[in-house]
Amino acid sequence: MRQRLARVLGGVAILALVAGGAAACKKEEPTTPGGSTVSGLKIGFFGALTGDAAGLVTPGKNGAELAIAEYNAANPGANVTLVPFDSQGSGDKAAPLATAAVADEKIIGIVGPAFSGESEVANPIFDKAGMPIITQSATRPSLSGKGWKIFHRGVGNDLSQGPAIGRYLKDVAKAEKVFLVDDQSAYGTGLRDEVEKILGAAVVGKDKVTEKQVEFGPVVTAVKNSGATAVFYGGYTPEAAPFLKQLRAGGYKGTFIGGDGLYDANMLSVTGKADVEGAVVTCPCGPATAAKGNFVADFKAKFGTDPGVYADVAYDLTKVFLEGFKAGKTTRADMQAFLGTYNGVGTATGVTYKWEANGELDPAQVSIWAFVAKDGAWANPQQLPKS
Amino acid sequence: MNFDDLIQGFPDLTTTGLAQGSIYALVALGYTLVYGVLRLINFAHSEVFMFGTFAALWTWGIMGYDSNSTRPDLGTALLLILVSLVVASLFSGGVAMAVEAVAYRPLRKRNAPPLVFLISAIGASFVLAELMGAFTERRQQGIPGLLPGEPLFSAGGWTVYPLQLMTFVVALAVMFGLDWFVAKTRFGRGIRAVAQDADTAALMGVNKGRVIALVFLLGGLLAGVAAVFYSMKQGNTRFNVGFLIGLKAFSAAVLGGIGNLRGALVGGLLLGLVESYGAALFGSNWTNVIAFVVLLVLLMFRPTGLLGESLGRARA
Amino acid sequence: MTTETVKKQRWKLNLRDRFQDLPKPARIAAMVVFVVLLYLLPTKAFYENLGFPIPVGSGYLPFYTTGSDMAGVLFQCGYYILLALGLNVVLGYAGLLDLGFFGFFAVGAYTVALLTSPESKLITEYNWLESPWPWLVTVPIAIALAMLSGVLLGWPTLRLRGDYLAIVTLGFAEIIRIVAKNQDWILNGDRGIPSVGHPPGTWPDGEAIFDLEFTPYYWLVLTVIIAVIFLIRNLANSRVGRAWVAIREDEDAAELMGVPTFKFKLWAFAIGAAIGGLSGSLWAGQANFVNSNTFSLENSILVLAAVLLGGAGSIGGAILGGFIVIYLPEWLRSVGDVFGWPTQVEIAGIHIDVSPTSLRFVIFGALLIVVMIYRPQGLWPNRRRAAELKDRQKEVAPVE
Repeated sequence: MRQRLARVLGGVAILALVAGGAAACKKEEPTTPGGSTVSGLKIGFFGALTGDAAGLVTPGKNGAELAIAEYNAANPGANVTLVPFDSQGSGDKAAPLATAAVADEKIIGIVGPAFSGESEVANPIFDKAGMPIITQSATRPSLSGKGWKIFHRGVGNDLSQGPAIGRYLKDVAKAEKVFLVDDQSAYGTGLRDEVEKILGAAVVGKDKVTEKQVEFGPVVTAVKNSGATAVFYGGYTPEAAPFLKQLRAGGYKGTFIGGDGLYDANMLSVTGKADVEGAVVTCPCGPATAAKGNFVADFKAKFGTDPGVYADVAYDLTKVFLEGFKAGKTTRADMQAFLGTYNGVGTATGVTYKWEANGELDPAQVSIWAFVAKDGAWANPQQLPKS
Repeated sequence: MNFDDLIQGFPDLTTTGLAQGSIYALVALGYTLVYGVLRLINFAHSEVFMFGTFAALWTWGIMGYDSNSTRPDLGTALLLILVSLVVASLFSGGVAMAVEAVAYRPLRKRNAPPLVFLISAIGASFVLAELMGAFTERRQQGIPGLLPGEPLFSAGGWTVYPLQLMTFVVALAVMFGLDWFVAKTRFGRGIRAVAQDADTAALMGVNKGRVIALVFLLGGLLAGVAAVFYSMKQGNTRFNVGFLIGLKAFSAAVLGGIGNLRGALVGGLLLGLVESYGAALFGSNWTNVIAFVVLLVLLMFRPTGLLGESLGRARA
Repeated sequence: MTTETVKKQRWKLNLRDRFQDLPKPARIAAMVVFVVLLYLLPTKAFYENLGFPIPVGSGYLPFYTTGSDMAGVLFQCGYYILLALGLNVVLGYAGLLDLGFFGFFAVGAYTVALLTSPESKLITEYNWLESPWPWLVTVPIAIALAMLSGVLLGWPTLRLRGDYLAIVTLGFAEIIRIVAKNQDWILNGDRGIPSVGHPPGTWPDGEAIFDLEFTPYYWLVLTVIIAVIFLIRNLANSRVGRAWVAIREDEDAAELMGVPTFKFKLWAFAIGAAIGGLSGSLWAGQANFVNSNTFSLENSILVLAAVLLGGAGSIGGAILGGFIVIYLPEWLRSVGDVFGWPTQVEIAGIHIDVSPTSLRFVIFGALLIVVMIYRPQGLWPNRRRAAELKDRQKEVAPVE
């Protein structure tokens, strides 16, 4: 009997879902081609929003949401919406999502894809449909060499940052013994390779960790035994924060440096004020000063947390699209042309956005800055020399 | 291959390995207890553990300690740890019992085969992890360092930290407590009876339902204890930390002989050591491969694990 | 008691037996119509004419996944169905619990990627190959390699029983993934292998059939599934299939009756692995890009869930299960907008994302539990297994 009941209940539930769904939806507008108005445009956000990598991407989505909320508040009737495309960070989910994004005529631009791997899968689809994209965090250098016209990168790639970190260690920190650790992600390895090229013989040891790793005891032992005075970490906050914490707990007192994958509030709060003190991060983005906007405060007011990794970048990139809307660029082709000639400074990151033909930021505009953790904040911004 | 690192760091690697192994062992006990009684891989146990880490985090948060706080003095630290041990183990125990009541008990009433339990457990694990993920916005959260950061003693390249010692000692103490509980008390006798032959035990007047609930509670309590030490050691937690540690702990349980309480301890410590040495030898990205290869090789030669299955009979 | 049984039988009659009682031509005709219907599934117009009341101008279509490309979702369902069919041979027929089935998928996918990509290190660094091979040639190689890895894994491990086998297979899949991730010599880790080859063929106008559009891939995978179904059905009804059932029900008894259990278990493992490899090679043919990220352990668990959700030992069940585990979460993406469901709620100052996209695995997990409680034999069970379960239910322990 019970089985029957369950079956009946299940059937009723499915019917209700289908029928209710059919009846309840009235708010969406028809997606007929050619009927584009200034109201109701959409921006897609493409990246891992659930699953293991979500922590790296969700802050960016919130940043984009904040930008859109501000825009809608300032421009009544604009009704721009953000459409999230949750790729879960894996290539096999990315392709159908990209196809779906392309199919929605109201989506004029995409912020993302967040990772280099999924970019390889999704970008050809975007390219074919002429959908302009600006990625906030896919930094693999080769992405700009694939001939995708729609590709724009809102940050410097691994090649711009890696050498700067190497030179920082050599010239500023005067480190003679450096230990290199990377997380084997495309980003982390890419960065490590560049750093290694600069440092050469100063590298006294190398180790690789892996994503989701939590126990770094053996690495800590290796670092201590190598006698290194500086540790470079190529990767992201989720592994870097516990690694640094365990390094400090293991008695390591030297320099700790990482790329922009660590430049976020979580690195500070997860590692903790005492342990993160003195850690250095570099970022192809300038310091966000009060004069440029109050992104951090606004973000905290809206989401109740500090902006995480790439939140500021995604915020600024979304604003680039929104400026396009404001300038009346309501088709993908117009937006693409708009991005080609765009030249403006992001309020949250302080980066000047101006793209080359291959979609890379104009090298003249990419400046690498170093920040040092001090009293639970990223402080002492210092621009690093380009060569 | 890097023998220098292994030889040079041997004492340190041993202590870190034992500390990590103690945590594996505590979680492995949960798998082994449930397996011993129900012949069931409690897939959701990893999430029970994960809830424990958050319980510890929130307890310390309420008491005014977050990752930015300075380290308290030893007395306060011990008090904080004690409180969080109680809260986290009760919380984890509660979650474990809830999982049992929702996902397993209805199946047991229907006498479903073990694979059905496995899927139900996978479902429960999805629900728990993703709920916590949604609740914490999938953010990683820092956990304060409580015990003094200075080494307890340091001699000839061998350093021992208070936390490592405490983890090891508590794991051993809990282990002996559990062993005593199962061997000597009336409840323990009930557990052993159900493990040997559930139906006969039921006929002899053992309340099977209660024994099973108790087993889940015990597993949850131990996972809570493990979660507190894990949190302090790793200094952070996230909604998805359970999966990996659950996998390792389950491997540890199999390594020692699943269903065997002492086996879980031996397996956990051994796995911790193997990982620690292996990471030094091959690089820490190979840790999991080393762990699994050791497990595979061992199972080739001792198909029922190091100490064999003893809580229940060997399976037919 | 008696009325209950009669009712149950009548229910059965309605569904399956009535179909079996149809004359053969009618049965074949019905099957053909059904298969044609399957080929039509990715067409959007199909959903627009289903007859459900859809308000004009609503973006909602019943059953159509508006949050993700329908053909793409169906293609994903397709290769998961193949995986489920493969695991069904191992788990459903031979009763071997394999927790690392996705490892064979990885073997198949990597084989295809390495041989067909012009950027594969086999070509660029080691010069083993002059130029990339066509996709079609590499598929048999991928299947063979997956089969070989199945045998290599099975040979030493199949002597283990039940849960030990489970952990060993799980370890195997994890090792494959980590090896792929850790080493740069060939597989290139997280950086992966781009520009993987596609299946051959062009439309009359010269455009490649298999490019970025998903529908042709879906048709391809559907065709492969139908072929695999015929293969497995014949196998299951042969001497091999009967040996598997005997092993599953009682391995010792089977051995005593003269069934070479080890040999047949190894066969099940190898055939399952081959189907897994085939699935991987189909996916790689579409994916364009293969890296180590795709092969996480969760996928193996998902395939396992698919088989048991559908009903172990039943081909229909494996198909249904494989379909549900992919389709349901994808479909849930598009549901939230429709109902005007809030995407965020605030409880005690904490913002919680409650959009179906974010909660879809919670819903999926809850569904797994509910199905297992009310239909432990699976949604579309194998009759013999269902009967075994019915027997078990009567043997419930006396005290409870």
